[in-house]
Amino acid sequence: MDADGRDVAGARHTFRWGQWAARVVVLVVAAMIVHFLVTNPNFEWGTVWAWFRAPSIGRALWTTLWLAAVSMVLGTLLGVFLAVARMSANRLLNGLAGVYIWFFRGTPLLVQLIFWFNLAALLPQIGIGVPFGGPKLVSWSTNDLITPLTAAILGLALNEAAYMAEVIRGGLLSVDPGQREAARAFGMSSGRALRRVVLPQAMRAIIPPTGNQLISMVKATSQVSVIAMADLLYTVQSVYNRTFETIPLLIVAVLWYLIVTSVLNVVQAFIEDHYARGERGTTGLPAMVRRRLRGRRGAGRAGAPVTTIEQGDRA
Amino acid sequence: MSQTGTTTRAGTTADHPVVCARGVRKSFGDLQVLKGIDLDVRRGEVVVVLGPSGSGKSTLLRCINHLEVMDAGWITVDGVQIGYESRGGRLFHARDSVIARQRQRVGMVFQQFNLFGHMTVLENLIEAPVGLHGVPRDEAVRRARRLLAQVGLEGREDSYPRQLSGGQQQRVAIARALAIEPDLLLFDEPTSALDPELVGEVLGTMRELAAAGYTMVVVTHEISFAREAADTVVFMDDGVIVEQGPPEDVLGNPQEERTKAFLQRFL
Ligand SMILES: Nc1ncnc2c1ncn2[C@@H]1O[C@H](COP(=O)(O)OP(=O)(O)OP(=O)(O)O)[C@@H](O)[C@H]1O
Ligand SMILES: [Mg+2]
Repeated sequence: MDADGRDVAGARHTFRWGQWAARVVVLVVAAMIVHFLVTNPNFEWGTVWAWFRAPSIGRALWTTLWLAAVSMVLGTLLGVFLAVARMSANRLLNGLAGVYIWFFRGTPLLVQLIFWFNLAALLPQIGIGVPFGGPKLVSWSTNDLITPLTAAILGLALNEAAYMAEVIRGGLLSVDPGQREAARAFGMSSGRALRRVVLPQAMRAIIPPTGNQLISMVKATSQVSVIAMADLLYTVQSVYNRTFETIPLLIVAVLWYLIVTSVLNVVQAFIEDHYARGERGTTGLPAMVRRRLRGRRGAGRAGAPVTTIEQGDRA
Repeated sequence: MSQTGTTTRAGTTADHPVVCARGVRKSFGDLQVLKGIDLDVRRGEVVVVLGPSGSGKSTLLRCINHLEVMDAGWITVDGVQIGYESRGGRLFHARDSVIARQRQRVGMVFQQFNLFGHMTVLENLIEAPVGLHGVPRDEAVRRARRLLAQVGLEGREDSYPRQLSGGQQQRVAIARALAIEPDLLLFDEPTSALDPELVGEVLGTMRELAAAGYTMVVVTHEISFAREAADTVVFMDDGVIVEQGPPEDVLGNPQEERTKAFLQRFL
């Protein structure tokens, strides 16, 4: 076509020896790992499969999941308040939020969990009334209030709030200040401007680290086993303490954790895609799925302009 | 129309100024940016504010709708001091929600457009009318489409701001300001972020608004716009109003040395 050979359509890729060598090495290592997994009798795959489907493990998994979900939701709600407080011009709010974040990020979660669980040792009664030893209107025994469950939720949620506050604050800071200014100029109150204009645009920056936080949370729930909450890891441990099938049962736990986090990864990709509206071009799994679906639906209208794909973000 | 503005507007007459500023002062730290500004804007008047960079034009504009808090003096918009409440003859700083309500009939157009990036053009236009003024949604949509046609953008209601050119975005921003049925329109260098070939379309739209009788305060460096569309030209320098009057006088026959020196640069 082009006598000078300048037409890029004819350009070829150079053969890269290094890349091929790397591929071969990866292939060999992968084969070794599979061989190790399959031939080593100590994995006891039969045992793994039996426990993988066991109802007791299912219940434990359920405990882990909803504990993570409840703690994450509470932590995120509190985190929004902390983030807004941290960014407000009000010195008192700002300072309080700062101290909260400093304390809960600065101490180990394990210590916080044990602390909440043993709250009764410090504070036998919790009540409402006149402070500094005055009469009480109502009061409860701390031991009645603080069960392994409430201690676990308290510990996980309060700790999570400190991290989510920083994640959300980072997101809010990533939005052009002109957006807030325009919202205010058109007569929105601060709260409304935050809800309608700033937060939706901050979501793009908030979602990826929140995904991290949620996945960490699912695994962090394993720490509640120290306060005798029967989560996945705790249950697995108590089984292998009886049966001595340590490796197979840990593999059961690992498999379930991996399955849960994989599902979360996919969900995250779709949420990110949703909040990418108004931005040009999205990539990855959701875009692929959407293109597939559209391809099937739009089979009758072949040759539709390419631009509809980009503009149809919300379709 | 909501009742927010009616209490104030009931008291105003045709010749009563929409904006009335007296002795406005503002400093940023040690830097005095406004050094006592007096300004009146009558209903239907187009005031164009000119002046060198850093002379305090934007600051003055932003004091009018209380985006910037002034240090001394006062400004009323339709008789209301935005940002303040008078109780028992004494002046108090107004609460956030009150300030928000006081601002609801002042439209503003920004240099960087500041369209809401996560909303379509149509959603940008109906956000304030539906969310703040209680206009029924379908009526707001109808009005928004009419405004889009007026600024030459019919058919773009489902686009997102980033899918539009700068000039188109700014015309949407103008339509958004019109959608709240403003008593006052504030423009802060609406064409400064635009490529030269897009400036004309935005200035054209603004000229139409001026002709339609909107009350406008426009900060700009477009002398030609001032000459053609302004009723009053205000020349600011170093935090004071140096000279103001009809464009024929201020632009055609400036009295002050500083005005002459500034205009020299545009010849
Ligand atoms: N938030 C702020 N903090 C500190 N200084 C500020 C702030 N806003 C404005 N200034 C200063 O106040 C002075 C006047 O600013 P202003 O934006 O009002 O000028 P302007 O006349 O609009 O100039 P331009 O034509 O460049 O937009 C400038 O020296 C600017 O640096
Ligand atoms: Mg300016």
